[in-house]
Amino acid sequence: MSTEKPKVAFYWCASCGGCEEAVIDLAEDILKVVEAVDIVFWPVALDFKKKDVEAMKDGSIAVSFINGAVRLSEQEEMVKLLRQKSGLVVAFGSCSHLGGIPGLGNFWNKETIFRRAYITTPSTDNPDGTVPLEKTEVDGKELTLPRFYDTVYTLDQVIDVDYYLPGCAPPPDLIMNALQAILEGKLPPKGAVLSPNKSLCDDCKRNESKPEKLTIKEIKRPWEVELDPEKCFLAQGVICMGPATRTGCGERCIEANMPCRGCFGPTDQVIDQGAKFLSSLASILDTDDEKEIEKIVDTIVDPAGTFYRFSLPSSILRRRRMEDIK
Amino acid sequence: MTYAPNIRIIRVMCSGRVAPQFVLKAFIEGADGVLISGCHPGDCHYQEGNYNALRRHRLLSKMLEQFGIERERFRLEWVSAAEGVKFQQICDEFTEQIKKLGPLNLNGGKDEHREA
Ligand code: FES
Repeated sequence: MSTEKPKVAFYWCASCGGCEEAVIDLAEDILKVVEAVDIVFWPVALDFKKKDVEAMKDGSIAVSFINGAVRLSEQEEMVKLLRQKSGLVVAFGSCSHLGGIPGLGNFWNKETIFRRAYITTPSTDNPDGTVPLEKTEVDGKELTLPRFYDTVYTLDQVIDVDYYLPGCAPPPDLIMNALQAILEGKLPPKGAVLSPNKSLCDDCKRNESKPEKLTIKEIKRPWEVELDPEKCFLAQGVICMGPATRTGCGERCIEANMPCRGCFGPTDQVIDQGAKFLSSLASILDTDDEKEIEKIVDTIVDPAGTFYRFSLPSSILRRRRMEDIK
Repeated sequence: MTYAPNIRIIRVMCSGRVAPQFVLKAFIEGADGVLISGCHPGDCHYQEGNYNALRRHRLLSKMLEQFGIERERFRLEWVSAAEGVKFQQICDEFTEQIKKLGPLNLNGGKDEHREA
């Protein structure tokens, strides 16, 4: 192994493993990656330990790709360590970029999540109501677990992040572009999201089917309608996050006749993806009448969980009010 | 004209200018209530601005409830430039209502147990 090659690390925090899968999905391209870099840390695939990372010189890892949101003290510790050892940190995938699906936990807190996961789910048999503890004593020895936070954080709320690779999971072409840019030193300004800065609707094939003046009288959920495979989802009364979402995903969902759920997050001009979408949706509701408006709004079952499906921790409010959770 | 000193006025050209992001920003920066006031239906200088404000208000109110922010904390009222007394009454009454609800205490996800 040549020592000249740039060192690369991969790490995962609160995530599903799909981002790890995305690296494997590079298929033959992964061989090019392995040729060009030294992978020095990748818990899911290689047997390096935390102490190996600790032994590295500060800044000696060229780039760390970190996927997953931060919700445990262990994750916080690891990403801080990787930050110290890395020249660049890339938030890889929706969860580290925006909070992602685990970020929906911010509608709850530690206590209610533990209660649900370890006690009240129908498949749980736990008569003593045992929940994980940070410290337990077994045979005179103390066992410890990481701390579980009340709130899920995006990676950049915990450490300084250089770039963002969006998506659940990021598509192979964006990953390869990013790697190439890093290897060739042709990087955009720090803080950039490595995907085009325009909305999904701008690239969407269905855009042409969008009527001149788009209006909605009733909101339906995807399973309630037989979806026309060519027509704009919003024109069919189905919520599609396209107007408030960054493009670059390759429209995999749209191709599969499913509306966008916003995993790429907003464009650079927008702070809060959910609020931005709420604003666009409100403007196309086809009535000025108060009662009618309320009737349509009633048909939107879970606005917060829909508009912030992938971005709750990165939103302006970040989470539900703590004292509201019982 | 005197009205409750608790109100901070932010002037915009039209109620339709108030993006939902502004409302969230006000709440996270410590406002315990947000009042949008616009021209009466049919009177908007930009034709549609106040109808847009109305649609957003109803949808945003529903969403704010999911964040634990009560509907009573976010109000939309039609007040024309000639209705000073009405504005005064709304401000006083809204302030009273918010006082009854108490402080909102949003913490923006600060976790006091995080740094152990
Ligand atoms: S000008 Fe639009 S609400 Fe007054």
